[in-house]
Amino acid sequence: MSAFHVTFEQGIALLVFDLPGEPVNKLSPAAVADFERLFFGQLAQDPLIQAVVLLSGKPDNFIAGADIDQFLLIADAEAGTAMSRAGQDLINRVEAYPKPVVAAIHGACLGAGLELALACSWRIATDHPKTQLGLPEVQIGILPGAGGCQRLPRTIGLRAALDIILAGKSERAQKAFRLGLVDELVHPAILKEAAIAAALRLASGQAPQRAPKAGLGGLLLDRNPIGRRLVYRQARATVLKKTGGNYPAPLEAIEAVKAGLEHGMETGLRVEREGFGRLAVSDVARQLIGIFFATTALKKDDGVPPGTPARKFRRLGIVGAGFMGAGIAGTAVTQAEVEARLKDTDLARVAKGLGNARKILDGRLKRKRVTRYQYERLSALLSGTEDWSGFGRTGLVIEAVFEDLGLKQEVMADLEAAVPADTIIATNTSTIPIAQIGARMRHPERFLGMHFFSPVDRMPLLEVIPGPVTAPTAIATAVQFGRKMGKTVIVVRDSPGFWVNRILLPYMAEAGRLIEEGIPIDVIDRVMTRYGFPVGPATLLDEVGLDVAAKAGAVMHAAFGDRLAPSPLIPKLLADGRMGRKNGRGLFRYQEGKKAGVDESVYAALGVTPRSEVDEVDVRDRLSCLMLNEAAMALAEGVVRSPRDGDIGAVFGIGFPPFRGGPLRAIDALGPAMLVQRLESLTLAHGDRFTPCAALVDHARAGQPYYSR
Amino acid sequence: MRGIPPNRRAVVIAGLRTPFARSGTVYRDVTAAQLARHAARELLYRTELPGNEVDQVMVGQVVPSPLIPNVAREVSLLPQLPKTIPAYTLNRACASGAQAIVNAADQIMFGHAEVVLAGGVESLSDVPILHSKRFAQTLMAASRARTLSERLALFAKVRPRDLVPVAPAIAEPSTGESMGQSAERMAKENGVTREAQDQLALVSHQRAAAATEDGRLRAEIAPWFGGHDLADVTTTDNGIRQDTSLDALGKLKPVFDRRYGTVTAGNSSPLTDGAAMTLVMSAEKAYSLGYRPLAAVRSHAVAAVDPGWQLLSGPAWAVPQALDRAGITWKDLGLVEIHEAFAAQVLSNVQAWSSREWAARVGRPEPVGEVDWERTNVLGGSIAIGHPFGATGARIVTTLANEMVRRDVQFGLVSICAQGGMGFAMVLERV
Repeated sequence: MSAFHVTFEQGIALLVFDLPGEPVNKLSPAAVADFERLFFGQLAQDPLIQAVVLLSGKPDNFIAGADIDQFLLIADAEAGTAMSRAGQDLINRVEAYPKPVVAAIHGACLGAGLELALACSWRIATDHPKTQLGLPEVQIGILPGAGGCQRLPRTIGLRAALDIILAGKSERAQKAFRLGLVDELVHPAILKEAAIAAALRLASGQAPQRAPKAGLGGLLLDRNPIGRRLVYRQARATVLKKTGGNYPAPLEAIEAVKAGLEHGMETGLRVEREGFGRLAVSDVARQLIGIFFATTALKKDDGVPPGTPARKFRRLGIVGAGFMGAGIAGTAVTQAEVEARLKDTDLARVAKGLGNARKILDGRLKRKRVTRYQYERLSALLSGTEDWSGFGRTGLVIEAVFEDLGLKQEVMADLEAAVPADTIIATNTSTIPIAQIGARMRHPERFLGMHFFSPVDRMPLLEVIPGPVTAPTAIATAVQFGRKMGKTVIVVRDSPGFWVNRILLPYMAEAGRLIEEGIPIDVIDRVMTRYGFPVGPATLLDEVGLDVAAKAGAVMHAAFGDRLAPSPLIPKLLADGRMGRKNGRGLFRYQEGKKAGVDESVYAALGVTPRSEVDEVDVRDRLSCLMLNEAAMALAEGVVRSPRDGDIGAVFGIGFPPFRGGPLRAIDALGPAMLVQRLESLTLAHGDRFTPCAALVDHARAGQPYYSR
Repeated sequence: MRGIPPNRRAVVIAGLRTPFARSGTVYRDVTAAQLARHAARELLYRTELPGNEVDQVMVGQVVPSPLIPNVAREVSLLPQLPKTIPAYTLNRACASGAQAIVNAADQIMFGHAEVVLAGGVESLSDVPILHSKRFAQTLMAASRARTLSERLALFAKVRPRDLVPVAPAIAEPSTGESMGQSAERMAKENGVTREAQDQLALVSHQRAAAATEDGRLRAEIAPWFGGHDLADVTTTDNGIRQDTSLDALGKLKPVFDRRYGTVTAGNSSPLTDGAAMTLVMSAEKAYSLGYRPLAAVRSHAVAAVDPGWQLLSGPAWAVPQALDRAGITWKDLGLVEIHEAFAAQVLSNVQAWSSREWAARVGRPEPVGEVDWERTNVLGGSIAIGHPFGATGARIVTTLANEMVRRDVQFGLVSICAQGGMGFAMVLERV
């Protein structure tokens, strides 16, 4: 079955892309072959055909991009360059086509899809929220390698193009029209007619190309070589600052764009495809593509046997209007568009929670992600109460009260009395075992844990933790709802710290020990951001809050013994009145809510003198190896179901460096035997907590990587 | 009403309102639609009614914003409800909220609806301020002007006095007399003293304060979360003065006749913002959904008098008519709720029902009945609680129905005077 078919209207060929058996159109090799046969064959030759309109047969999707599976087949940089060249040649031929070609875009038009559209004579897009145009390549560690680095800056100007390419960004239709990326904006119902009209105009030579508006910035920067040099330099500096030099793709993309604009299309295309070749086989791209596939696979994995029904509901109850509860409410309203009923014990708390929840909506309004009217409707989904009113028709209730077992059990008793027997009940906890919280419930089969991360609206991970008797439907419901809230969801075992805190807390405790040994706080953070974490462990301690860290540390200590003993640093800091960012006093100073450098008085409070000479490799290894060791152990215990879940959990839950793929991928990359060796030498130098776990030792002996590719 | 099969009787399930607040205070930046939506939404939550059970929405409003002419539709477009529920806004002046409820009852008795959200709203903080006629004409002409110079020429003719905005007055369009002036005239014509008016106002405040304190009024109020970050919580009506006294009330100057007048700000209802909604169902539907109704709508009646005469005397006609339609007499009433626009009006109405002279005027052989203050406005009235025009009727029905349950009373009466010389009456019955 061909991916393309043609119909004719008024001398115009309508070439419809409809990839068989797929929800979206991808430019797979087979699809490209179908396209070439029709487009360059019959449509080019038939003299009665005046112009071609390229349309999609998919609902709400134009072309999602190239087929990413293909990238994994690339053997070496030369093969990558050759693949890029084939793409460039195809797009060049489209550009040189003897007849006008109109791209009629509705839905996502991304990557190679946009590169194809950029070669068309006219782009007409629907004014619809689903219509998005962009070049997301750098997000998987590569660059737009089918001429995108050349044609985008030529179409919309240098700065606007870099803005899209370097961030791997997509723009909505309105913005794309403003940028000059599309030539016309129409209602979806008349897309085909408008595209035919445009094709007829072009065929009769009537339609002038839309000239991009220059503006002052355009004249000063985009349109003169000195200005452009400034732009390249600035872009490079920004990229390096953002990526810490760990991600080569944006830098290669800058070079490709620069070569094209300064030395012509030919040179540009050459630099572009060579860059693509190098990137395509780089470890970074492999890891980022791995993450992409893992998240895609997780979107279809509810953690229960396929076909398990999930409950659909319109009303979410939330008990506890603190920062977490409010974050859950605001995110549920904006992302899942469900009613969120927020309950707490008194109206002042409810009010505070509602205010915090609505701030999330306000942010969406301010960033123009919703219209004023949508905002009003979303606001009305959010309500608060000090009694249980409205809970009688909730499909899911998430409890987010203070981390206290007795309190949580009490809430469960009240909650079970207030909701129907089939309402699913979740507890948001980071440390307390789910089994204990649900121990006295009348219907524990509808009960489970949902561990959100703070701030809820921004942290992308959710851990779903079934209790000992949780029904599969309840699990499927929690997982699917988490996904509707925009989260990547992993199902983990009910074990202290679950997955994320299990591997994070030893790392944090070790950071505490380093500080006590006099390693300067900023050095520790710098070493770990250089390793690839978005923030260092000291900053993270302040963000999480030292009181919270103390509590979690105690739980881990109790569960796992001295191996996971917390650092004595935290009680000392708490005694000094330091709780982290929340009270503006922690390891760092805070001025008007903004972090402002290390608080040097911390050292005196702890009675240490910061060292001037630091073995940074040792610091890095102590922190990273401890985390990898714990990850290997927890995986072997079955805390996560697969290396995939563990890696995704670490990347999305604690910002484990994505280019390393996750802790288990990192073990694969380093080699388990090497890790065992390093841990052994760390044990000699620093103590038993570094003892390589049995699982890791066995794993090293077996010689099998966690991942087969 | 009599003759209606029991399963088609319209019953009130519950009512809920926002706190009532003096205009320009709590709801200064809030639209009437937001108030009505809040009351309706919280009512849905408290009754746990699934949104798709609602058939119609009816909301009373007296001074709509030109930006939202049909506030009822905005209520029925709450995201808790399907988008397909028809809704209309009605205006029976100060009886609008009660009128919405009897309209709902009528629809239910006809079998056109099973479940109706009915109530009312008013925001006098959200009223349109109008331009002068001349300035409005200039603006209209300017919007049609083609060139800048044409436009400038038009605006050149504008004089400063044209820019003075026109606020809608609470005056009778047919007579130009304000409602306060009418109340003042009624006090004089019916011999209602200042002392009696102040005494009534005092009792209104004392009772409302007590009912707030003991939770009976709080139970009818959905807390309002206001302010930029929603941190300002309002749970009670801000017009109630629990510390007022005859002395304090006596010190206030008459407003409408400074020399011989008796009507003061203290013995009148204040300009108020607020919304009140009720849930009305057929008895059949109520029982099938598992609700215990508070009361059924037994009868209702509306009358009108010449606005140039005693503007607020409509209840003198409407009440006996409603009692007749209910097939009961004044003595059967266990509770009475009289809307307090002005103490002078309440006392005039009370006099009208009890005097032979008025009986003759109304064309009845005997007076309607004597008011027993121990069974009348027992939770206070509009003077203390406030009077958002469109909402008051729904507020009164809710309070009466709840109190009928508490006191196990068979029949209760609602009496409301309204602008335009209209009077509204309604009989509720325990079921």
